[in-house]
Amino acid sequence: MTTLVTGGRKRAAPAIFVIPAILVGLAMLVPIFYLVLRATEADFGTVASLVFRPRTGQLLLNTTALVAGVLILATAIAAPLAWLTTRTSLKGRRIAHILVVLPLAVPGYVMAYALIGLSGYYGFMNTLFGWTFPRPQGWLGATLALSLYTYPYIYLNLRAALGSIDASLEESARALGASPREVFFRVTLPYLRPALFSGWLVVGLYVIGDFGAVALMRYEVFSYALYTQYAAAYDRIYAAWLALIMITIAVSVIWWESKLREGAHFARTGTGSGVRSSLSSLSTLPSVAAWGFIALVALASLGLPVSVLAFWLSAEPLLPSLPALLTSFWHSVSVAVPSALLAGALALPVAVMAVRYPSPLSSAINRLAFIGYAVPPLAFALAFVFISLGFARPLYQSHLLLVIAYSLAFLALALGPIRAALYLARPSLEEAARSLGYSPLSVVAHVVFPLIRRGVIGGMVLVFVIAMKELPIAFLLAPTGYRSLAITLFSRTSEGMLVNAAPYAAAIIIFSGLFVGVVLRHEAKHD
Amino acid sequence: MSKTTRSLIAAAAFAAVSLPTLASAQELTIYSGRGEAFAQPIIDRFAEETGIEVEVRYGGTAEMAVLITEEGEQSPADVFWAQDPGALGAVGELFEPLPEEVLANVPETLRDDEGRWVAASARARTFVYSPERVEEGELPTSITDLTGEEYRGRVGWAPTNGSFQAHLTALRVLLGEEETKAWLEAMIANDTQVYSNNASQLQAIADGEVDFGLVNHYYLLRQKAADAAFPVEQSIFANGDAGNLLMAAGAGVLASSDNKEAAEDFVAFLLSEEAQTYFAQDNQEYGVIEGADNAGIEPNIEDVILASPPLDLNDIDDLEGTLNLLREVGLL
Repeated sequence: MTTLVTGGRKRAAPAIFVIPAILVGLAMLVPIFYLVLRATEADFGTVASLVFRPRTGQLLLNTTALVAGVLILATAIAAPLAWLTTRTSLKGRRIAHILVVLPLAVPGYVMAYALIGLSGYYGFMNTLFGWTFPRPQGWLGATLALSLYTYPYIYLNLRAALGSIDASLEESARALGASPREVFFRVTLPYLRPALFSGWLVVGLYVIGDFGAVALMRYEVFSYALYTQYAAAYDRIYAAWLALIMITIAVSVIWWESKLREGAHFARTGTGSGVRSSLSSLSTLPSVAAWGFIALVALASLGLPVSVLAFWLSAEPLLPSLPALLTSFWHSVSVAVPSALLAGALALPVAVMAVRYPSPLSSAINRLAFIGYAVPPLAFALAFVFISLGFARPLYQSHLLLVIAYSLAFLALALGPIRAALYLARPSLEEAARSLGYSPLSVVAHVVFPLIRRGVIGGMVLVFVIAMKELPIAFLLAPTGYRSLAITLFSRTSEGMLVNAAPYAAAIIIFSGLFVGVVLRHEAKHD
Repeated sequence: MSKTTRSLIAAAAFAAVSLPTLASAQELTIYSGRGEAFAQPIIDRFAEETGIEVEVRYGGTAEMAVLITEEGEQSPADVFWAQDPGALGAVGELFEPLPEEVLANVPETLRDDEGRWVAASARARTFVYSPERVEEGELPTSITDLTGEEYRGRVGWAPTNGSFQAHLTALRVLLGEEETKAWLEAMIANDTQVYSNNASQLQAIADGEVDFGLVNHYYLLRQKAADAAFPVEQSIFANGDAGNLLMAAGAGVLASSDNKEAAEDFVAFLLSEEAQTYFAQDNQEYGVIEGADNAGIEPNIEDVILASPPLDLNDIDDLEGTLNLLREVGLL
């Protein structure tokens, strides 16, 4: 039985959660502090002329249009997929699940190259039929490219929520005479709201900050202006202003999202265990249609980049470059795995504070937790360069600093799934364990963690996958001599050596893909 | 804790201890905006021949320049090797002037007049075009032709690209501020298409989006090496036109370096016959020392020098003015 719970138990949060959460919140202020410091060095007249001009307005409009486009398209892709893999008896839905998550592993610039390569001189159509047609570009191209590799964030959030809905709720509604449509809109959808907003927030912030795909698609957004300040003007001072403006936009998005989410949320309170929803059985025709849709999504989001890479790979023997590839792979993994674990560990107390001990402090920390993800990566990395040089010289260019920076930058990704899982775990179980005299830590380890394990692991996978393909932060913070797959890929494409770059792009997709596949399969066995 | 989690933690711990730490005895640290596929082979040869241990940090030229500026006095870098003069100029204040004997072999036009950096290789600015859609007689003779009606919507350029910006700085010197601004505005009015870099302009011509582009010469040569049938050709403008330019990609030694001797040895090595031959013969950039063998690189370097307008590369260090101009006309 599930009822509405408003607010949490009025109990002070244990130090074991409060202290790490506060530390995370403070760490998120580092980049802001740095940017304000740099921004105040600026000559205000120049800043004003840079910022307040018609072009900035145009860039903001373009950014807004892009965010809206991607959210709509990505949700349209993700929602049916989430429903199919959790609520129906579709044959092969585990394979479908893995297939539709894998595009997370595709670096944005590879996806954009692939879309460009689809239609042009090297495109399939040209190779097969001698057709060339205009390639996707501008708003449409950027929306398409970004949606195709960000929709899994929305999918995973929705799936977690759909998979944990207590069926007794929907069944009661049906028993009380509600039509399936009414059940969906009045019971299921409100239940999905927090998950949907979490997904939107992550994707929206990603889109605001993305530079690679929009540059290739020739669509000029705000991040373009910021990047060119650093990249063309070698300018940290005016760029700091632009970064602060971008953060302001992001913070307003974060604030808006948390306002929307502040409505009531659900948790199980009754006795007995939750009931898993019964699966709708699909007859032949809908099954075929469902697989048609899954195949279409997989073809566009995975098939495209993979086949473009295959074309490049076919131009050169792979064997000689294998040792270097393996070294690069090892470098990538040695940062991505610890970053994922640390991000998960740091996100846990922040999420527990938010869901179990709501207070002004905990909601402030929860909003701060998104800052790392919202700060443009170049500015974020420069802040850590500055701080470590000034206050922690031994950390500078250390493996550890890069891991810390990644875990803070991507903490928000781990937070969503953990928070969603916590909302659906029953507080009364924890209360019982506490009243039996268990410490907060052992309650988390033995009662809460088993219930939210999927959320935690899901969050970590997201961090791992994005850390495997991240560029600007690695450029600035990695140990000298660090050659991750992504850095090598960039190095080669920048010299126009696309063929030599292909093995590295392929390796990112294959390795991340395998990793995601293994984790997800393992998880599925536990269901 | 599940088995997966345990094995993940074990892997992470293993990874954390097995990466090389920074404290190892490194002799020379190079920050390179030049790509690894291009730079590493020659850096390896230097390490082999001198026995000096070299660590290289690869990244975008811009990111590396911003990083060195942020590090300032504390920079671990001994050498900065960059893609374009703009980045070298941005770091200029932090460079130590190079010894005369290192500079002596390079023409004055290809080095900083205070000796703070020197070209290691050179590239020509060229225009690329589609041989399928452009007749031989239709080729432009001046960069200012591209504002004409017959080129409407047919030309690509990359206003954010460092080499393009260096070229634009040259145009400001050659044509004057007003005329350069007028040219930019006429190009914009003529529906010139914006691309992010050289490679994407080549791709756009092959794809049939545009018929002309403004690039560095070696991108097409490398593309043709991978695919001889690639449907793009390149040429230079008429003799003396401002659209022709020979540009530097070079290196300097940082004043904060604690290993200046090895750093200077490395810059000198970039100007050795061995390295110069590698740049020219393996990578289709031009060698810059007296008597460098640039045979077989199209366009021929003699033709480029002959066709270039009279200009001292040291006069094109006002990147800031160029960026302001680009902002004024709304390209940045």
